[in-house]
Amino acid sequence: MGQGLLVLLGVLVAATAFGVRRRRTEGRLRPTAPATSSDGAAAEAVLPTGELDAALGERATLVQFSSAFCQPCRAARTLLADVSRSQPGVVHLEVDAESHLDLVRRLGIRRTPTTLVLDAAGRELGRAVGVPRRAAVLAALAEIA
Amino acid sequence: MSVRPASLVRRDQPLDPRGPRLAAVVTTVVLAAVLLLGRTPAGVALLAAQTLVFALGAGAGPAASPYGWLFRRLVRPRLAPPTELEDPRPPQFAQAVGLAFAATALLATLAGAGALALLAVGAALAAAFLNAAFGLCLGCELYLLTRRVGRPAG
Repeated sequence: MGQGLLVLLGVLVAATAFGVRRRRTEGRLRPTAPATSSDGAAAEAVLPTGELDAALGERATLVQFSSAFCQPCRAARTLLADVSRSQPGVVHLEVDAESHLDLVRRLGIRRTPTTLVLDAAGRELGRAVGVPRRAAVLAALAEIA
Repeated sequence: MSVRPASLVRRDQPLDPRGPRLAAVVTTVVLAAVLLLGRTPAGVALLAAQTLVFALGAGAGPAASPYGWLFRRLVRPRLAPPTELEDPRPPQFAQAVGLAFAATALLATLAGAGALALLAVGAALAAAFLNAAFGLCLGCELYLLTRRVGRPAG
């Protein structure tokens, strides 16, 4: 019985730490370090127009990776669609992770929703895991010329 | 929206998300009690009961689980209508994960493998607690990870 109590306390402490940390980092928009190829050329475009069968935004594109059965994806969709509507030149694309597993693996997508902020050329400027925070998305878009 | 008697709830109907949340709270309490009661008859019986609850939820959907019934009968009438509904399949998958842990714990207990039993109950408790306290559904996230890992790279 003493063992049970120990396990109980241990689980509650560890799970609480995990939950608090997750809540803090959820939806935070992290800038992506620019990647350069060996000859110093600029970062490779993440999603050239052809790859997703959809046009990039003139100013920026918000690419949301979603999966079926994902409640937070719905919330993210609502928010990003609203942001793209209110911001000229910004397009919201939603990608089903299941049918683009190659892309998911290449981009290191581990959870849905994950939102990538791309510039006009399709270069990844930042990403947010979990439902993105509206203020952070707007701030990131404001920084793009 | 038409009023539907509880007995006609179908397993594929969208759920009030507060139902699975309540189920997670009850599950957390039950599993904590299981840990504290240990290998006593009461502890084993409680673990067996929770295993059965998981099995019902996993097999027939969260709405068919006793905790779902509890929510509909006792809690929901006291709440405002839900602002949104959710797909029942992720919570159902989470119940299946819980079932795997609980069944393992039960078998381990009966076989005298105390450490394994503690580990399995602890894992089930962690998942239920994260869901109850933080609204995190680990099973939902596991789904994409397993799909991503399960294919050859490139």
